[in-house]
Amino acid sequence: MVGRKDNASANSVEVVALNTHYGDRQILHNVNVTVKKGEIMVIMGGSGSGKTTLLNHLLGLLSPSSGTIRILGQDLGGLTPLEHQRLRTRTGVAFQSGALFSSMSIGDNIALPLREHTKLDETTIGIMTRLKLEVVSLAGFEDLKPAELSGGMIKRAALARAIVMDPELLFCDEPSAGLDPVVASSIDDLILRLRDAMGMSIVVVTHDLDSTFKIADRICVLDRGKVLALDTVEAIRASTDIRIQNLLNRRTEEAELDPDAYLRRLLGPGAAQTNGANRS
Amino acid sequence: MAEGGALIGFLDRLGRRAVAGLMEFGFAASLVGESLFWLVMGGKRRQPVRLGPIVEQAMEIGIGALPIVTVLSGTIGIMLAIQGIYSLKLFGAESRVTLGVAMSTVREFAPLITGILVAGRSGSALAARLGIMRINQEIDALTVMGISPVRFLVVPALVAMLVMLPCLTLWADLVGLFAAGLYIAPQLGSSLGAYGNDVIELVKLNDMLHGLAKSGIFAVLITVVGVVNGASVTGGAEGVGRMTTRSVVHAISAIVITDMVFVFMVTR
Repeated sequence: MVGRKDNASANSVEVVALNTHYGDRQILHNVNVTVKKGEIMVIMGGSGSGKTTLLNHLLGLLSPSSGTIRILGQDLGGLTPLEHQRLRTRTGVAFQSGALFSSMSIGDNIALPLREHTKLDETTIGIMTRLKLEVVSLAGFEDLKPAELSGGMIKRAALARAIVMDPELLFCDEPSAGLDPVVASSIDDLILRLRDAMGMSIVVVTHDLDSTFKIADRICVLDRGKVLALDTVEAIRASTDIRIQNLLNRRTEEAELDPDAYLRRLLGPGAAQTNGANRS
Repeated sequence: MAEGGALIGFLDRLGRRAVAGLMEFGFAASLVGESLFWLVMGGKRRQPVRLGPIVEQAMEIGIGALPIVTVLSGTIGIMLAIQGIYSLKLFGAESRVTLGVAMSTVREFAPLITGILVAGRSGSALAARLGIMRINQEIDALTVMGISPVRFLVVPALVAMLVMLPCLTLWADLVGLFAAGLYIAPQLGSSLGAYGNDVIELVKLNDMLHGLAKSGIFAVLITVVGVVNGASVTGGAEGVGRMTTRSVVHAISAIVITDMVFVFMVTR
């Protein structure tokens, strides 16, 4: 229970000088992020910006090449498996695809963490499960299988499962991706309600601008594995950085100005080699 | 220069493959170790291995395979009887056929055929199920919930397999011997009862245990190969298909090779 004491520090997540590699390729370059208690931090970036990698590191699914990650005051690098498992009961994760167990009903999916980590009796577990289903407006769906739900309902069910243990810290991976604007907006409202009602710290990874500006307290903009900016919504909007402005205004990157480099890419590495061989 | 590059490329690929293969072995060994750990220590850690999933798996692995095991072991019993009588007739010893059939069924054919069948039925199903769970991030979801995927998914399958495969093998022994008797008794002009007495006299406990011990080893092999392949699925539905096929091929190869090594070590 040492962790509880550490919790007095106001930060739910602290990432210091994180560097990560995938094979020989470096994905994240010296990333520093802090998420304060009770804050909604949106990690934003285009495809390939490294935001999913960063999330997987925060979840402890990958281990970094160098750098420190502290979740709820505990350094992930120094935890024993048992301590890590205990820490995980204090965090919740809603995956992009929902990741609901397809062999179980929605109710069993949501009840699973309670059944595995608590000694509550079935009646109490049933009540708590239905309570969380009410929170995400899915009351009455507990007997359906995940395959019988729509995309928006799966995301909401995944959120219900993520919050069933009343976590102090919630991670959401692309909560509104692939949903129509109305459903996406209802999920944003839900995330805001969760923070306001339960005081959770929430980390949201998304590329959706509308929902970012709606829910974020602070925004971390990732670009090509580097933190481009980490600031409040207003400051990000007012930023003069051309890359951030491009991202906010949905402009594509400027056109390639180097025709030689363009030609080399088109010819491919094999062509470049034969070229060189011919010349020598 | 280009040749050197090709050679280095070849060595590079060879090295990477060797490392990948070794890592797979290491993964398999750590799976067995971790499964034992959860079986013994799960209760203390408030993460017990539950009986429900074990029973569910046992029904699927064992009861589900009963019809096909019955049909195939019966067929093999008759086949052995026919071949046995044919070959023993060459030197007029067809009365000794019961010995040959009983020994080869109990010591070899029943465990081998049952193992191969279960590898094809349940080993592949295990690989496919885990593979799909992996690409759906269900395994990640278990991990981040603080639920060990080994305890939750692997141990029930392993225990169920360890219980059901020897049971199925015992059943295959009985069916195989009975079916062989149906052919042998009339051929030798004796009764089924006399054949039964012969078998009981000939087959020692040692022979039964030889077969059952092998089926226990096969159970571990099938589960571990299925889990290793399922857990290493990448690349969507195509990847699941590829790893499922791979798990069947690997499991059957492992069974046959291990069988030979076991017989070599125990019988000589």
